[in-house]
Amino acid sequence: MKMTGAEILVECLKRENVDTIFGYPGGSVLHIYDAIFRQSHIKHYLVRHEQAALHSANGYARISGKCGVALVTSGPGATNAVTGLADSLADSIPTVCISGQVPSSLIGNDAFQEADVVGITRSATKHNFLVKRVEDIALIIRQAFHIATTGRPGPVLVDIPKDISGETCEFIWPETVDMRSYKPVTHGHPGQIKRAVKQMLAAKRPMLYTGGGILNSVGSASLLRELSHALNAPVTNTLMGLGGIPHDDKHFLGMLGMHGTYEANMAVSHCDLLIAIGARFDDRVTGRLDAFAPDAKVIHIDIDPSSISKNVHAHLPIVGDVGEVLKQLLEEIARRDGKPNEEALLLWWEQINEWRAKDSLAFEQTLDGPIKPQTVVRMIHEKTAGGAIVSTDVGQHQMWVAQHYGFNRPHRWLTSGGLGTMGYGLPAGIGAQVAMPDEKVIIFTGDSSIQMCSQEFSTAFQYNLPVIVVILNNGYMGMVRQWQEMFYESRYSQSYFDSLPDFVKLAEAYGGTGIRVDRLEELSPALDKALGLNDQFVIVDVAVSKEENVFPMVPAGAALDEMVLA
Amino acid sequence: MRHTITILVENEFGVLTRVAGLFSARGYNIESLNVAPTLDETVSRMTLVTRGDEKVIEQIKKQLNKLIPVIKVEDISHLVHIEREMLLVKVASNADNRSALVQLAEDTRCKIVDNVEISYLSLETTGSAQELDDFIKALEPYGIIEITRTGSLGMRRGIKGFTIED
Repeated sequence: MKMTGAEILVECLKRENVDTIFGYPGGSVLHIYDAIFRQSHIKHYLVRHEQAALHSANGYARISGKCGVALVTSGPGATNAVTGLADSLADSIPTVCISGQVPSSLIGNDAFQEADVVGITRSATKHNFLVKRVEDIALIIRQAFHIATTGRPGPVLVDIPKDISGETCEFIWPETVDMRSYKPVTHGHPGQIKRAVKQMLAAKRPMLYTGGGILNSVGSASLLRELSHALNAPVTNTLMGLGGIPHDDKHFLGMLGMHGTYEANMAVSHCDLLIAIGARFDDRVTGRLDAFAPDAKVIHIDIDPSSISKNVHAHLPIVGDVGEVLKQLLEEIARRDGKPNEEALLLWWEQINEWRAKDSLAFEQTLDGPIKPQTVVRMIHEKTAGGAIVSTDVGQHQMWVAQHYGFNRPHRWLTSGGLGTMGYGLPAGIGAQVAMPDEKVIIFTGDSSIQMCSQEFSTAFQYNLPVIVVILNNGYMGMVRQWQEMFYESRYSQSYFDSLPDFVKLAEAYGGTGIRVDRLEELSPALDKALGLNDQFVIVDVAVSKEENVFPMVPAGAALDEMVLA
Repeated sequence: MRHTITILVENEFGVLTRVAGLFSARGYNIESLNVAPTLDETVSRMTLVTRGDEKVIEQIKKQLNKLIPVIKVEDISHLVHIEREMLLVKVASNADNRSALVQLAEDTRCKIVDNVEISYLSLETTGSAQELDDFIKALEPYGIIEITRTGSLGMRRGIKGFTIED
């Protein structure tokens, strides 16, 4: 049957199991929007800015486990999407972005709303395509989803000139995708698995360090827990990896790195075997490289070979899907009925518990003093039993949530870890709420971050998405101010807002509810009210202590065990 | 250290930019890069010469492999291999030194490709990068008008080929 390029695209999306897309129309995608209008399988969510379309697709993907899909127009539509693409690339989130392009005959002519989108997005995507013939659409879409969702996941952009989406051809669905140049490894090398298990069982001071890979490989969180129990080994998560193990598991030491716990950073610094799983030794994790885990042999399990030995040398690399490799490791341990070195582990845990006793995340909340931001996060943890979907923006509030929320399960955590994109939180939370309409979605943000992408309240209103936005409002760009206080003698250059909007009115202007909290006793009732609203979004604007700092902190370029505790 | 890397890629739009973009984005240097189709018209072959310590070269190979249209990557530096480069050079000449220049061309087995005026001579030759450097030096006294070089082409010695099949 002959179909237009736009109809073929929509049919392909349907066959790729897509039922939700986030987008914004414009001239070059009008054929596609018309095809969307004339069908009912795929629901389109209209965002208010293309950056948000990508963040919503990202949030949707993380929570649903499916590929997120965005649709944007040519020129500014696509350039607005670049931040969202780069964000998904840094955090390895599977997304497909369809962008319109000016008609083929105009490409290169500096046409209206023309940009070299394939050129601009080359380094912001895992891969991208420019469609040159209508006959190629089906195969390219198939390949785009294959690339986005397999191997180390990431964003893929497909640029479709307007004439191509309008032309017709016979629709042929490629049943399989086979790319000779792209064949990700999933199984770990059996010899390496054996060697790894031997080292794990012999280790005196083992340490599991796990990242976003645990969450990208669905089902591996429970395997991680099994492994940590089988080895009686402590676990630390990266920012991206939170939720990989329940916060109250006794093997969990909290997050590591720049704002990690004392026990996690000390344990990494003193372990004799570091088992990195689905993590990439980011500079915010390692601190000064030459002092990172100085006594440890490193086992590194990752699906991306280029992550291995990039920053830290891996003595024993295992390339493969984290879930598959964890299964193989557990089978090997069971096969040899392996037991860890309990005698040595007893001493190791004694040491760890000593570090733990420092209680490095402790803070003091007085009843009549200002509200501490940590108090807000902990109270929401209690009220949601650690099971809400939690999204953040970027800065101090992000770190406080990472430190204090305490996730009890995987796939509940949305944060811009790699790129650090302010403005991520609200649209990502919206994407998550679309994926899970019946779950509570809490978006922690700051008074600065929320002003990037605040137009998305309009989207939340349009689709009755009852997201709960909690602003930890200190009147500063808190993290910038903290660095200026610590490293620039408190010269607060441009980090202060002297004209914040009235966030209660902002909520109301967009059709939601706004609640202001100034005193501690108002906090709990305000949160109860917010959690009780199920038919509209709510902003809870909490005045928190203005110059609270995030601690512990490893100053940039220092070693992990040189952290500042308070 | 200098490394010669051969790469098989899908012969498609934009692949050269992806490879070159990777090097600029990650701060690796390219000493030379040569690309042309192979017998299989869907495949192009590149020879890339770069510099770096073992860790950097290892990362370069991994990053190249990570590019979707890259089929195969091999660092041939540590293998027994052949490397050749082609040079076109235009040299000034006059009635006095013409015969000496022609003699030099013959002695070095290079081809005279443009010999219509007494005022210059164009020569073509191939060899290793070092041989070409030496040759250029020998021509310098005559006055070099212009040169163009292809950059290295590389191939392993031995019966085994570097193709997508093996």
